[in-house]
Amino acid sequence: MKNPLFILWLIVAAALTFGLARLVDNAYFYFAGYVVLQYIVLSTAWNILGGYTGYVNFGIPAFIAVGAYSTVVLHKTTSLPLVAMIAIGGALSALLGVGTGYLTLRLRGTFFSIATLAMAVVMQTLVTNWDFVGGSRGAYIIRPATVQYLGINYIEYLFLIMLGLSIFAVATARAIEKSRLGFGFATIRDDELAAEASGVPTLKLKLIACGLSGGFMGMAGSPLPYYVTYLDPASTFSLSYAVNTIAMPLIGGTSSWLGPILGAILLGTLQQVATVTISSAVSLLIVGVLLVFFVIVAPKGILGWFQK
Amino acid sequence: MDISFDLLGNALVSGLLLGGFYAAVTIGISISFGMLDIVNIAHPAFILLGSYIAYIMNANFGFDPILTAIVAMPAFYALGVAIYHIYDVSFERRGDTALRGLSFFFGLLFITEVALTLVFGVDYRLVEAVYIGPTLHFGVIDLPLRLLVPALVSVALMVCLHLYLSRTFIGRAVQAVAQDPLALRLMAADPSRIKRIAFGLSIATASLAGAVLIIIQPVEPSIGREYIGRIFAICVLGGLGSFAGTLVAAIILGVMENITATFFGPSWAPAVAFGFLLLTLAFRPSGIFGRA
Repeated sequence: MKNPLFILWLIVAAALTFGLARLVDNAYFYFAGYVVLQYIVLSTAWNILGGYTGYVNFGIPAFIAVGAYSTVVLHKTTSLPLVAMIAIGGALSALLGVGTGYLTLRLRGTFFSIATLAMAVVMQTLVTNWDFVGGSRGAYIIRPATVQYLGINYIEYLFLIMLGLSIFAVATARAIEKSRLGFGFATIRDDELAAEASGVPTLKLKLIACGLSGGFMGMAGSPLPYYVTYLDPASTFSLSYAVNTIAMPLIGGTSSWLGPILGAILLGTLQQVATVTISSAVSLLIVGVLLVFFVIVAPKGILGWFQK
Repeated sequence: MDISFDLLGNALVSGLLLGGFYAAVTIGISISFGMLDIVNIAHPAFILLGSYIAYIMNANFGFDPILTAIVAMPAFYALGVAIYHIYDVSFERRGDTALRGLSFFFGLLFITEVALTLVFGVDYRLVEAVYIGPTLHFGVIDLPLRLLVPALVSVALMVCLHLYLSRTFIGRAVQAVAQDPLALRLMAADPSRIKRIAFGLSIATASLAGAVLIIIQPVEPSIGREYIGRIFAICVLGGLGSFAGTLVAAIILGVMENITATFFGPSWAPAVAFGFLLLTLAFRPSGIFGRA
């Protein structure tokens, strides 16, 4: 399938989703749907680096926080529209990805993973000590009740924005998969030494993957302050973002763009149900156990069951 | 800035003691990551498990945390052996240690943290022992026993491990597997078995590290994360798997963190470890004692 046709299909799927949401017409549906869509963006972004090149990023909360806190700053200083804030948050987050990658990717892959893990702790320290964005007390964002020019509730607007970001992320991931860039990524994943020896510019490709992956995570994080209306470091840097974002592609299957979507929809929905019916701690425990179970028993994820 | 020398001296001394404690926390990683090349990012979770076992025995029966930890070591060893077995079968033999192996340990870290939260809640827990309150005074320098005892325990642990690894047959085999697993196989020894023993040992140290952790500070389930940056920074800076290097790197980090906390406020201290880690990775990835 050619890319424009694929994007058309994505838009049709998104339109159907939004139509369904309008039909249900329940505010909770938008709140829950937003979270699932956010995880589609996050896990697709993670998979661009993790699934395609094989480098594991544990610092997901740091990238989300760059997006979210840049929105807080812009909200306090300017009156930019949300879409512009998302673009800025994404750009800053992409820079963070390239920077971290540049410092650690010339070494063994595990150093990159460890550095991302530690980076999340340091970003949390920085934000906690940054009074302008509320420090450890957190920041309040008052969101408008409605969006005038579209005539819809603000939560519907956020849902639409996240739907748009999902299309953007998934279309990019699929385009990469089918392109020269994607083949370059795959050579790094399969045998980096051989790739380097055959003239593949591995460091450059890895930095591109880091930038794209970080950028999309930042974009997913940018609308977060408007969604939660109260943003504090402890919940922004919660480990559950990281574990969910890693578990979803690994459970769905890391080899293709479809895996992260499958994982995000299944696990995201399961979590929403478990949070409401049991408790949020138990729903997190379920994600952790599923992650460990899948990496041991089904290394190719759900997609692996349908492939020979 | 107006630097008070009393303050600086105390920051140095308690940093030194803190460094001793950091060495105990890191030694398990020096074995698993430094020697066996297993990136066990779940190590802090096992340390916390050790803290909570010390807490249960102390709160319910009044047992000494360090003695409890020593008694619990065989159980931790068995846990380590079991985890290595799963890791070996599922990831090392499939050649998928990078993506799924790392995710496996990340999952373990998360499960332990959530399980501890479910059982104990997010309240801070602490232990009681005779050496937690008093402080020795030497002029203007204070030596709190709460820091001194963990530092001594940790040095004793390192000495024991060093003797074991350099004097016994199995210990030397562990060092051999760190250098060249293939050569070990050619000598008709089974690298998997040796690594299983070594990984068991590394988890066993978490029991003791957990006990000294809860002596030094009150513990809640999520503080393990703060230690990930620290222990890997120390391990890398110490030159991966060298015990002497680990101790020196731990002391450097302990002193730096303490000086940062004293003069800039404790909320900045966690950033020191990361700065250390990044600078080490960027400029001297073989560590201060490593061969460049």
